[in-house]
Amino acid sequence: MAFFFEVFVSGLMVGIMYSLVALGFSLIFKASNVFNMAQGAMSLFASLALYGFLEQFFHFPFWLAFLCTVGVMTIIAYVIVFVILKPLVARPPLMLFMATFGVMYLLEGFGQSIYGTQAKGLEIGIPDNVYEVVGILISSFDLFFAGIAAALVGGLAWFFQKTRNGRALRAVSDDHEAALSVGIPLLKAWYLTWVIAGVVATVAGVAWGTRIGVQFSLSLIALKALPILIIGGIDSIPGVIIAGLIVGAGENLGEVFIGPYVGGGIQTFFPYLMALVVLYFRPYGLFGKEIVERV
Amino acid sequence: MLSYFNGEDIAMNEKKEPLLRAENITITFGGLKALNNVSLEIYPGEIMAIIGPNGAGKTTMLNVINGFYKPDEGSIFFEGKRRSKDLKPNQIAAQGIARTFQNLALFKGMSTLGNIMVGRTMKMHSNPFSQGLYWGFSQKEEIEHRKKVEEIIDFLQIANIRRTPASMLPYGLQKRVELARALAAEPKLLLLDEPMAGMNLEEKEDIARFVLDANEELGYTIALIEHDMGVVMDICDRIVVLDFGNKIAEGTPEEVKATPEVIKAYLGTAE
Amino acid sequence: MAIFPIPLDRWGFIFMLFLAFIVVPLFASEYLVTNIIIPFYCFALSAFGLNVLAGYAGQVSLGHAAFMAVGSYASFILYGRYGIPLIPSILGAGVIAAIVGTFFGLPSLRIKGFYLAISTLASQFLIEWIIVHWQWVSGGVFGTIEAPDMFIFGGAIDTYIKKYYLVLCMVILLMTFGKNLVRGQLGRNWMAIRDVDYAAEIIGVNLYRDKLIAFSVSTFYAGVAGSLITLCYVGVANIEEFNVMVSFALVGMIIIGGLGTILGSFLGAGFFVMLPIAINQGLGTFMEVVKPDILSNIEAIIFGGLIVFFLIVEPYGMARLWHTIKEKMRLWPFPY
Repeated sequence: MAFFFEVFVSGLMVGIMYSLVALGFSLIFKASNVFNMAQGAMSLFASLALYGFLEQFFHFPFWLAFLCTVGVMTIIAYVIVFVILKPLVARPPLMLFMATFGVMYLLEGFGQSIYGTQAKGLEIGIPDNVYEVVGILISSFDLFFAGIAAALVGGLAWFFQKTRNGRALRAVSDDHEAALSVGIPLLKAWYLTWVIAGVVATVAGVAWGTRIGVQFSLSLIALKALPILIIGGIDSIPGVIIAGLIVGAGENLGEVFIGPYVGGGIQTFFPYLMALVVLYFRPYGLFGKEIVERV
Repeated sequence: MLSYFNGEDIAMNEKKEPLLRAENITITFGGLKALNNVSLEIYPGEIMAIIGPNGAGKTTMLNVINGFYKPDEGSIFFEGKRRSKDLKPNQIAAQGIARTFQNLALFKGMSTLGNIMVGRTMKMHSNPFSQGLYWGFSQKEEIEHRKKVEEIIDFLQIANIRRTPASMLPYGLQKRVELARALAAEPKLLLLDEPMAGMNLEEKEDIARFVLDANEELGYTIALIEHDMGVVMDICDRIVVLDFGNKIAEGTPEEVKATPEVIKAYLGTAE
Repeated sequence: MAIFPIPLDRWGFIFMLFLAFIVVPLFASEYLVTNIIIPFYCFALSAFGLNVLAGYAGQVSLGHAAFMAVGSYASFILYGRYGIPLIPSILGAGVIAAIVGTFFGLPSLRIKGFYLAISTLASQFLIEWIIVHWQWVSGGVFGTIEAPDMFIFGGAIDTYIKKYYLVLCMVILLMTFGKNLVRGQLGRNWMAIRDVDYAAEIIGVNLYRDKLIAFSVSTFYAGVAGSLITLCYVGVANIEEFNVMVSFALVGMIIIGGLGTILGSFLGAGFFVMLPIAINQGLGTFMEVVKPDILSNIEAIIFGGLIVFFLIVEPYGMARLWHTIKEKMRLWPFPY
């Protein structure tokens, strides 16, 4: 029984880390109705940049390296919005989605060109002790990032619910032309969102980079985040965390308890299977906003 | 050809079976009652108008008739038969109801011709495999329906824009193409949602003429939503007035014009 | 011939046929044919399948390569293991892929947009896992099975020329079928679903049926393409050939080539196949040996850059660009 809980809890922890990545997706979608395929690549680029500031090209202390990375991601956010999204503002969302495809390739290509393709270790001094809580082993590393994730989610949820900017963003996200014609500074909103998403991507990149090292497969973590978005509902910030926990726990439990019977290796598709089940009952995710067609 | 009745002949009107009957339709959206116990009839061969201020529920009524919305209460009777609750919109269309949309729902990725051909879809029965071979039955069918579509194109005088991509057409012509697409279905009941919205006088006269021709020459039964009272008074046989989801008046144009509720709720003057 | 109303198109097509059937086999090297042209045809076929689903019917699929894998393994099993004749095996593989594809297309009846796109990833990962873990399919430890020698009516398909003609003929036949399909009522219904699906339904289009048909046609093409590429190019069925990055690349191909066009499927596939070679040649003038990771990075940058470029400048891709050039050529030297 204790084993079950241990698998469960470690799954929850991993789930939170997935949520960090999913958060960026959700953010951009909430604010601009764009599904950013490049979010994983952004995390990768952010962690590469961080490594560059920490070890590869400079030897900054962590706080400075982090700030510089945020700066870099801000510039990238501006470039993406200005060069790529602005011209496409009036086009159907499918096109914007495909544009983020292009961004994904670009970021991966540039990132690895500048920083090289070998895996790099990221040491940033997060304590890696193991605590025992109610008979279950939890690492402080996981707890630390759980805390960060909680803070981020809380902050973003507050932003969208309570601040004027946040509410304005929510109001205009699904009709760009209408927003523009009413005079809402849509572009400014997009800059803001993408910069924040860049910061979120940086945090996610740091988290995962420390966990598995900075390497190309980081951008594939995003593929894990996608079922989270489906289960939680792509535009619900609290949904992201809850779904992240579900996916993390489910994936772990599934692999440990069901895996041996079917040959193992089911972590890749199990979250997607869960997502399909959820979609059957809730086509917009557990907490997603249902889109009512106006005929 | 087809016999039809003239709206002024009220006695004849009351003896006919309605083509479509909506009975006690109630539908609520998130706390707002869009339609509240609305009943109406549409008789064969007439042009009926549904009017009312914005938000009255007119488009919602059409959506219910199309089966796009399912009413919370009430039923639709088409040709005397009660409509089953689980019919899908395309099955309802196949029964003989066609529609144009308030905000235009043209298929922007296709030409005028393509759009109108989609209107024929219920009448085309060849299977995909034979369409891929384009031989025999599917070839014959394609040609035959194309001929019919060309007739409609001539009727609405849009021959010169047949191949133009729909996205490049001026607004007035787009509306006309959408009308053509609805006519292509050769429906028993034609629903037009503000077919003249946003048009100048000349364009409105054109559309009005086409609507009248469709009704008089081709014998179509038409229900339309329209804000231009002049047009409504001119071409419609009967009018139903909605306000805030309730039916507040019904009758011939003269009767409705004189109803105090209508005057109060809807200070629409003849333009 | 109504399929090519403009004489320029007609002659152009005949010219391309001439190139394909006569010039290439005579003058192209074995390397060129085996490693570039055959994969080009196969990817064009697969890209066309994806175009049917995403470009015409508007259902984005991010897992298209998985169905190529289904076709690949299915053809091996049908032909290599059960001895069914070659052509029926290839087509049968397509049918099997279509059946699987229709099943995975069921979610499209309830969900749309990005939710649907992500659920198609489910098919990619699930199919990958099934192929690797289901012993009856994979036949081996690592999910790789070797290509058997090919025979049609007793004649061996052993030279690269014969393989070339096999692929060429299948591609031409299937693309003609496909072109008829998209130009007919089904194609129009698909575009209607793509553009304004509620209007299509209210007008009488059967969304359920037509969406599922789109999935089955699309995955049929993927299956045939998958079997052809394994039989005639790679030589082994290997799930790695059809991973998620290939699915993404296919999406990129149809964007660059031109969504909702047949020509676009060819142009996009051609671009994708030629790109690494072009970069290699281009860089070869600057450096001696191009390291594979630099190559793939530059590929990624160019690929991504072009996707963005086309979406902004010419969302209908290279096909529309070509169309515009053609129109200008017809009117040249007059500007109108």
